[in-house]
Amino acid sequence: MSRQALFATAERLLPAITLGLLLAAIFTEQPRAMSYFGLNLLLSLAIPIMFATLAQMMIIAINDLDLSIGSYVSLVACIGSTLLTSQPWLGALALVCGIALYAAVGALIEWRRLPSIVVTLGLSFVWLGLAVTLLPTPGGKAPAWLSGSMRAQPAFAPLPIYFAAVLSLVGWLVVSRSSFGVILRGAGGNARSVARAGWSLLGIRMAVYGMAGLLGTISGLCLLGLTTSGDANLASRYTLVSIASVILGGGSFIGGRVFPVGAVLGAMTLTLAASFLTFMRINADWQIGAQGFILVAVLALRAMLSRGREAA
Amino acid sequence: MTNIRNRLGSLPWVWSFVGAFATWLVTLVVSAGQGGGQVLTAALTFSAFTVLVSLGQMLVITSGPGNVDLSIPSVIALSSAVSMLVMNEQGAMIVPGILAAVAAGAAVGLANYGLIRVLRIPPIIATLSSSLITTSVAITIGRGLKIKPPDAFANLVTGKIAGVPLLAILALLAAIAIAIVLERTVYGRTVSAIGQSRRVARLADLRVEWTRLLTYVASAGLAGLTGALIAGFAGGNSLDQGEEYLLLTIAVVVIGGTSVAGGRASVPGIWGAALFMFLIVTMLNASGIPPGLRMLFTGLIIIAVIAIGGGEKALR
Repeated sequence: MSRQALFATAERLLPAITLGLLLAAIFTEQPRAMSYFGLNLLLSLAIPIMFATLAQMMIIAINDLDLSIGSYVSLVACIGSTLLTSQPWLGALALVCGIALYAAVGALIEWRRLPSIVVTLGLSFVWLGLAVTLLPTPGGKAPAWLSGSMRAQPAFAPLPIYFAAVLSLVGWLVVSRSSFGVILRGAGGNARSVARAGWSLLGIRMAVYGMAGLLGTISGLCLLGLTTSGDANLASRYTLVSIASVILGGGSFIGGRVFPVGAVLGAMTLTLAASFLTFMRINADWQIGAQGFILVAVLALRAMLSRGREAA
Repeated sequence: MTNIRNRLGSLPWVWSFVGAFATWLVTLVVSAGQGGGQVLTAALTFSAFTVLVSLGQMLVITSGPGNVDLSIPSVIALSSAVSMLVMNEQGAMIVPGILAAVAAGAAVGLANYGLIRVLRIPPIIATLSSSLITTSVAITIGRGLKIKPPDAFANLVTGKIAGVPLLAILALLAAIAIAIVLERTVYGRTVSAIGQSRRVARLADLRVEWTRLLTYVASAGLAGLTGALIAGFAGGNSLDQGEEYLLLTIAVVVIGGTSVAGGRASVPGIWGAALFMFLIVTMLNASGIPPGLRMLFTGLIIIAVIAIGGGEKALR
């Protein structure tokens, strides 16, 4: 293998290597974590973050950015802990409306050629307002089937591992192997040529935002299943975490370069980073900072690898 | 008529003032003409903070597509703590305290640029990473700090001249200074040039990287100054004082008519949009509707303003 290819491979494998190193560090410090229950405990909160990350990845693939995903996930959790429990049909209808609204926002952005960053910023207030109206104080109760299924203990590996594997596979099939994926990445790389080839950019953007809404909905339901009660600010940090996970996974903001497998690994890495210092028994004040340091460290490594590739 | 529309079209900031004025009128109607003056004073005071931080955000956004400073809230948390620590309730330490706050901000700005340059990562990720670290530093030094601002400082930031808050005058002077810098200095022209096309700016032998460095330092430095002022105004520092400014600064910059795609700044619009955003919240508060619906309407108004006023090629 040429040196250039070596560097390129290392760059592609970086998300997996980072996750491996982080796990190894945790296992060395706390060998008991290296068990079915330990892993489940460490990674269960990564499940909703993986879905939110994939939602963000869809949006980033077409050069947009979604600053509302965190508050949308919170809203879904609020709907889930109130309407979905008391009036299941109304709750389900509300969730479908949410997805439709997402698609409509995609249409608005394309139609008026608006900057997604500002529209989704306004949208985040809309979601938050709806969530606060629905559930003014934290509470409510998740439907029993939801919390029950998130407590499932499948054979061989804990639930988060299955989720990660299935999401990676499906994400890879859809984004990297399907014709929809080609159009998606094409719209991010060169929207004009995709339009010239006869595709409706309006349709693409609506589909992408609709899918992001669907993934956000699943994220909210999974999160609710884990926490069993809702809160209008439950997932507000997901917005920035999801962006960071996509980038950590090798994606870039422009050009339709996104990697679903990397994004899933990035989401797991950032989740672990948060609990990493707890295991290291270092001051809790630095938990937020630890995520920052890990982000910087991984991106520094990637910069070194890509410079090495260019020099080789 | 088309002539007027064309001329208004070239002055995108006019709309933010029209919106602010209309909102103020509605507030007066809702509150039956009570306290229109107090609302205005409050609007000027709180908009002053928003304007100071948004001016920095505007410089960053103008310097090109994808440039945005997400570290502002963490810088405010850090610098308000730093300013209170340095002042330590002593009137003689007011100026060193403010300078320390600005320096703390500038240091974060320098780190932001360093990450962007050395790691070659998008500014969003760079400023996000550094804001996570800055937040932890702010928590470490600022938690449980119960230092009050010196009386002289507290009086200064809450003071008024002829009914106009001193803070508003400061923010107005800052806006004028930034407008002059943007229009009349090589640095200012370079910021716009980079925003329009970094490649062309580089080919024209402009000092692209130096200008970007200054821009990130200026943004975080202004946030640092604002942090000290907020701590003085609120009677001490707290870690969540900057939280609202993450989204607010971006909204104010864009509603004010600055292009998100970079290369076109609008300083007057910062004032108009800051007043507009404050008055909307005041109007919704005065109308007595519940907090959830207030947020819902705020969001819808932001989207409506952008959808009606926008229409340029989206970059993000």
